[in-house]
Order: sequence, then C-alpha cells, then structure tokens
Amino acid sequence: MLNRHVSWFADIGLQDRPRVGGKGGSLGELQRAGLPVPPGFVVATSAFEQSLDAIERAAPVRASVATLDAQDLPGIQALSGTLRNRVTEADLPPELIEEITAAHSTLCGDDPKQPVAVRSSATTEDASDASFAGLQDTYLWVRGADQMLQMIRSCWASLYSVESISYRRQRQFPEENVAMAVVVQRMVDARSAGVMFTRSPVTGDRSVITIEGSWGLGSAVVGGEVTPDRWVVGKITGEISTRDISDKAIAHLPRSVGGIETVAVDEDQRRTPCMSDAELQSLREIARKVERYYGRAQDIEWAVDRARGEIFLLQSRPETVWSTRDAAPVARAADNPSLHVMSIFGGRS
Amino acid sequence: MNDTNGVGPAADSARGFPLPSSLRTLAGTESAQAAYPYYMQFGPDDDERFWFYNSMHFPEPMCAFDMVTAEAAYCALGAANTRVHCLPTTLGIDYRIINGRVYIGGNAVTDPAEIARRTVEFQKRAFYYYENWERLYAQWRDKMMRLIGDAQSLAKPTLPEFEPLANVHAGRGIASNHDLIDIYNKTLEGYFRMWHHHFEFLLLGYGAYLTFFAFCKKAFPEISDQTVSRMVAGIDAEIFRPDDELRRLARCAVEMGVDAHFQEERTPEAIMSSLSAAGKQGELWLKELQVSRDPWFNINVGDGFYHYHRSWNDDLTMPFAGIPGYIARVKAGETLTRPVERLRAEREQLVADYRELLGSDEERAAYDQMISLALRVFPYVEGHKFYCEHWYTNLFFNKIREFGALLAANEFFGHESDAFQLTHYELQSAIIDLMTSWSTGSPPRGPARWPKIIAERRAALAEWAKHETPPALGPVPDIIDDPAIVMLWGITRESLNAWLNSGTGQDSNEIRGFAASNGVVEGPACVIKSVEEIGRLRQGDILVCQITNPTWAPIFQKIAAAVSDIGGSMSHAAIVAREFGLPAVVGTGNATSRIKNGQRLRVDGGRGVVTILD
Repeated sequence: MLNRHVSWFADIGLQDRPRVGGKGGSLGELQRAGLPVPPGFVVATSAFEQSLDAIERAAPVRASVATLDAQDLPGIQALSGTLRNRVTEADLPPELIEEITAAHSTLCGDDPKQPVAVRSSATTEDASDASFAGLQDTYLWVRGADQMLQMIRSCWASLYSVESISYRRQRQFPEENVAMAVVVQRMVDARSAGVMFTRSPVTGDRSVITIEGSWGLGSAVVGGEVTPDRWVVGKITGEISTRDISDKAIAHLPRSVGGIETVAVDEDQRRTPCMSDAELQSLREIARKVERYYGRAQDIEWAVDRARGEIFLLQSRPETVWSTRDAAPVARAADNPSLHVMSIFGGRS
Repeated sequence: MNDTNGVGPAADSARGFPLPSSLRTLAGTESAQAAYPYYMQFGPDDDERFWFYNSMHFPEPMCAFDMVTAEAAYCALGAANTRVHCLPTTLGIDYRIINGRVYIGGNAVTDPAEIARRTVEFQKRAFYYYENWERLYAQWRDKMMRLIGDAQSLAKPTLPEFEPLANVHAGRGIASNHDLIDIYNKTLEGYFRMWHHHFEFLLLGYGAYLTFFAFCKKAFPEISDQTVSRMVAGIDAEIFRPDDELRRLARCAVEMGVDAHFQEERTPEAIMSSLSAAGKQGELWLKELQVSRDPWFNINVGDGFYHYHRSWNDDLTMPFAGIPGYIARVKAGETLTRPVERLRAEREQLVADYRELLGSDEERAAYDQMISLALRVFPYVEGHKFYCEHWYTNLFFNKIREFGALLAANEFFGHESDAFQLTHYELQSAIIDLMTSWSTGSPPRGPARWPKIIAERRAALAEWAKHETPPALGPVPDIIDDPAIVMLWGITRESLNAWLNSGTGQDSNEIRGFAASNGVVEGPACVIKSVEEIGRLRQGDILVCQITNPTWAPIFQKIAAAVSDIGGSMSHAAIVAREFGLPAVVGTGNATSRIKNGQRLRVDGGRGVVTILD
C-alpha cells in the first residue's frame, strides 16, 4: 500500500514541517544526523485534513471557530466542548485506520502492546512563536493500536481546546491554516530523563552545557513537578563545574495498564545523582553533535533507557532566549594588537 | 585568624582591617624587629594606606638576611613599573616588615592627566617589547646565562695565613682580605641585578596573558581559570625539565640494569656509594646523574625566597625520593616520556574549539590577536623562574653560606647558617671586621658580639611563627585596580571581603580554594608543613601543604590529590597536578591549620572544595 498519510522519521526533515509539524520534522532531522532517536513515524497533517473533511460534512468546524470573538470566553468554552467531542469521537476513514495501524504494527515488532508515545506536532509549534509550544498534548505509554488511534484523535482535538482557540482568536490566525500532525514513537522506559541546554540559561555562555535530570520519565522535569539534579559541563573540556544534586521526591513511571503515574522516590534514591559522570559525558557528546548539526544553540530533551542504559534524544529545538539577545562583540580586532593590553594596564575606563 | 592575640586586634568587618600603628612587635622580640633597616619599619604615615600581608611569597617570618629578597625584588619591580615601562595607573610597591612578616602596598596613579601622560610613555616602551619580544627574550636569556656564569666564577672566600707567594711575585698588589669584600659586593650586586632581569618582562608578560584571560571570561562567563591556562601553557617549559630528568634517570637505571640499587628507605648517599661500587654500569648511571644535575637540579624546594629552601643539588633527598616510583613504572612498561606532540595538538585543538564557539567573526579576529600575544609572552612567564628564583638564587644563597662558613671558622658564630640571621649590612660589617682582624693580626670583635644577637633573633623567629598575622592592614580601598597587585597577587575587592569575613564559617567542614585540577577523590590527609616531612607521605595520601611547588613533582606520583594554602589556579603546582591528572585545590588560605593529619578528606578539584569527612 502506498503511504499517503504516514512518514517514517528516516524519510523526513525540517523542510517537511508544513506536512509533519515541527516536532516530527525535528525528530526526522535528528535521526538523519545519526543521533539516537527512538524509532517512530508521523501521521501527517493530511490525515487530520481528511478526517476533518468528514467531520465538517456533518456540521461546520472551522467556520464556527472563525466567527468567535476572542473575548467571548463562554462562547469559546461551549464550542470547544462540542468540537473536542466531535473530533475525539469521529469515525476515521477506513483506509486511514489501515495505514496507521500497519505502521504501528511495524513499529511494535513482535509485541503489539509495545508502549508508544503519541505526541502532537503542530505546524506552528516549536517555531519562532515559542509560546505556542506546549499547548498541545502528549500521551505517554500508550499500548495497542486502538489506544493509539484514540490518542491521535485526542491530539487533534487539542487544537480545539479553550486555550488553543483563544490563542488563535487573539492573534487572528486564519482557521484554514490550522492543522496538526501526530508523532507516534517507541517509548523509552526511562530510568532517568531531563533536558539540556547547549548555552547556559543563566549567563548565555556558549562553552558550557547545562543538564537537568531526574528519575523516571522526563515529563516530571518538563512539567516542573520535581526539582531536577543540575550539572554544568564544559562543552569542550568535559569539566563538570557545577553539581547540584537535589531532593527528587517524585518520579513519573509507566503504569502496567498504560499511561503514567506519579510515584514517591525511594528514600535512599532521592538524593542520589540520577546520572553518572560517564553518562553526562555521553550527553555532552550528543549535545555537541546536535548543536553542530543545526549550527546554533539547542534545547534538548533526553532519556536514559532503564534496561540498557542507552541514551535517547526525544526532542531538540533552537534556543530562543540568548540567541535573540546577543549584543555587541566582546572585543574587536585592533589596528595594533598591542592595544588590547590597555584593557589591563589602562585603568578604569 | 584564630590567634592574633599579642599581635594586634583582629579584623573588624565593619571598619576594615587593623591600622599598622595598632600592630605591636611581640614582647621580647623588639631588638630582632629593630634589626631590619629603618626604611622597612612601619611609620605613622603608613596608617593612611592599605597594606596586605604578602603570604604568597613570604609565608613564613623572614630572617634578617633573607629580607634582601624583598629589598632587591621591590627595587627592581618598582623601577620597571615606575620608570622603565611607565605603567599608566601604578608606580612601584612599598613594603614594610613587622614580626618578620612582609606587608606590601600599591602606589596607584589616580590623576587622569598623569595617567594620560604615562600612557603615552607606556605605549612607546611596552609596545616595543611586545613587537620585538622574541629578539629581546633571546637577548634576555644570554644576559641571564652571563650573569649565572659570573656568579659561578666567583671564588670561594678564604683567608690564607700568608699571602700566596705567587700573588706576591706576580706583583698583584692586592691582598686576599680585599677579595672578601670584592666577592661579597659582587654577590650582592649580582642578586640585585638578577631581580632587574626578572622584572624586565614579567609585568608585560602577565598583562598580555591577563588580557586574553579577561577576554575569555567575558566571552565565556563560565569558563574555568584552568581552561584558559591550558590554552597558553607551554608544553616543554623549563619547569617540567627537572621532573623529566628524573624520569630519564629512572629509564637509564632500568636500561643499565642498576635499578635494584634504588630502594625507598636508602639515603641518596647510600645509593650513590653502592652504585660506584657496582662497577662500570653504576659509574655510567652516575655520569648520567651529573648530566641531569647541571643545570636541571638547580631547582629549590620552595619558591626561592628563603635561604633554607635548598636545591636538589644541595640535598638529593627530594629527587631520589621520586626515582624508585618511576623505576617501578618503567618496569611496568611505561615509557615515562611526556607526549609533547600530543599535548601540543591538544592545546591547539582547545584553542580552535573555543574559537569556533565565539559569537562572530569580529570576536574571532580579536581572539586571534590576543591569543597570539599571550602565546608569545608565555614562555617568559613560565620560564623565567627556573633561571631567576631557582638557579641564580641557589648560587646566591650558597655563596653567602660560604661566607657563613668562613665566619664560623673564625668563631663569629657557631654554624654557617647563622650568617642568615644578620642583615646584608651587618654581614658586610662582620666581613670587614674579619678583613681588619686578618690585616692587623688582632682578634676580630665579632665573636663577642654576634652569638647573643643570633640567639635572640632565632628565638624571635620562632615566636613570630607561632602567631598568625592579619591578612591586611589599614583602610579598605573601594576598588583595587592596580594591575600589578591584581596580576601578581590575585587580590581583588572580593578577596578582601572574604578576608574580612574569614572569622565566620570556620565551623563548617568545607574549605574552599581555587579549582586547580579536575576530579573528585577521597583519602587520608598528610599535612606537610616543611620539606623535611615529605618522607611521611604514603601512596594514596592527600597532600595538604602551605605552598605546592613544581619541584615537588616527583611526589605527585604518590599522592591522590593536592591541597595548598597558597597559590592560584595558574600556579605551576596546578599545572603539575593537571599533568598527573590529580584533583587539586590551591589557595585555600588555611587548609594546613584546619586539617589534622590523618583526617579523611574529599577533594573536589573541579569545584575547588575540600570537605573534612571525619
């Protein structure tokens, strides 16, 4: 069967963002760069469009959102409830179900209940308008094709959450451009996970990598539910100049029935560093590769596989705070190189 | 600052440091204090100025003769700053001594018009040095080798009973007693001259290095000091040579099949006599030893500021302590050669990698200019110490020791080292006394005078050493922007605040210093307060000492980590620690007084923290 709506990571890159969304394009790009990304595929925006066409035939969706006033919160709330239900409960076109299920089966290999993550990948997300990121949903530890299909629809439906609709109405985004791709990716059973920044969030220093991590899945760190361990590692030297080991009270872990739960961390693990020095050095190497590949500073999500200790990249997006703030050069070349020493010998200037 | 009783009031963080006039000479040591020349004594006007204790160069009370080092060094440093290079914002450094402790104070230029006038002069002079560095530095090495040659050629001072007949027949016309004053004056003159050579390049060199350093700190706010040092540090600097020679001698011993003669508990004398009894191979090794000794064993176990920091050549205990460990490594298959090419390639890679991270090509162009200037000056910054503080200073103190032996033989005092209890003026007077006595045929007057004075001064030194002295005196400046003070002593407003607050936080089991060499290690402390105690070190100990010194390199193979009271992260000790891959925390201020022998420590060289675990 010809793949019309499903693309594997290996086959896509950033230039496919209009079709596979920011997250999907970035994961494809990382895999192409030879970086360790858990395998997966993207359900393209065309799948959303096709499904929405079917829903629109019963009653208008986009037109009804487009007429809403950004200030009319009760109106938005009422419509949001209706539209989310319609999107979540709509029947998908059979050939679409077939295509996605086949890809899922390939992804899962021998174990049809292989846990996967289902993550929205909006075409506007992760773009320069960073604040839009995070408005869509991510479903972790999804088991079986039926659950996956349900979560794909939930991702689509999140476009019609109160927050998303309000956001678009406030900015007067045209509704016909709104579309969403969905990433389906093998889950990493994370022993530890977190984020890292290839520029110091504190000083903007490009020569250090700041790594934050905690026990279990990275959602606890990203969601701010735990104070992570924090290290500052020299990008070039590997020197670990800061080690803040925090009291990590909780962790996000998978539930056997699917989904995740918040559990208390064992007393003796709470103040134990969640990463070894060798693992931090591996993260450093990965961070350098990603940064070199993109040619600019990156914010990266990572996880360490529980069983094998392998490190995976879950996401990488361009750093936006310091990159937009860069001021004048620290120094410029002088006509006579000796003049530079006046900064030391010349006194207060 | 637990024990300033009897010395003066402790620092009061609300008001600043005690005034010089509030410091008292310790009871019973007044005459020893009065022995130092009048121009080194604190006076009433000195209360107006800020002074700090130069514990970096003079960590122990200075005996009367050794003060010549402060005298000669500050004479030369000040001349270079004030008159030769004309540093725009500072003149020379004043110094005073109380209770054997050397306090120094900068002499800032603050008038903008004067700074502008000096800036013009500075650029005509300093820039010429930067632009002609290699030629002038090659010329410097020639000058320095000539000076060393002159010092080596000075005769040993002796007084024959009768003038040698040969002198008489040759019509020399000068008697042997005149040779004493001639040799003494030349010895002293050479030492003052050496310090001028020492400062010919030093401030300019440090300044160019610090220019690059400051750039790196701005461009990479979180870069460690040691990383910047590594970008410019020399790969084959003179300071590595003594230890390289020990490695070479260990290889020779194994190749020649004489390694069995080296056992840890044997003295150097025992090893050498068993080698000379061992036939041709033993003799061959002893020949190799001679090759290494001249000049590379002319390195002393301190920083060259005290007469009792003897050189490896004077006391072979230190170098011989290192050889058995190296022999074991050679036999385990190591070559023990420094991978010079690899180290050089690593340094170049480091420079290139940081360059790549810079924000723009404009910054890269500035970086290129600054690093090439820093690389140009750094061989002097690293290399001068071997020639000045080590080689020449050893010759100087040993010549004074010869005068001490001559005076002791004439019963001026009991032992040759007693000569160092006299100032250089007093020593000259004793020599003239002896010259006079030889000429008149009457007994010298010195034997009745000096023994009592020497005993008093030794007692005073012992008393002074028991008491700590305030780290600084006088009103606290708002800002320290004297480049000489910042460069040579690393003193900033922040370090002053730390001193002012040093009374607090002493209960903590953490001691902080400069992060000098990366790594975390735990082990038992071996607190070494003087070189004689080095024999107590056991494999795996954490060395805790006042000042780490590159001449201690041979013992770095034994230890698990190094902690010192004094030293910056670009000190040679830090370089040696990195070379050996050992964690090191330097410049803690008081590790030797807070850590007890045998306590378990954790040394985190990456953060600069020592934790007492017991």
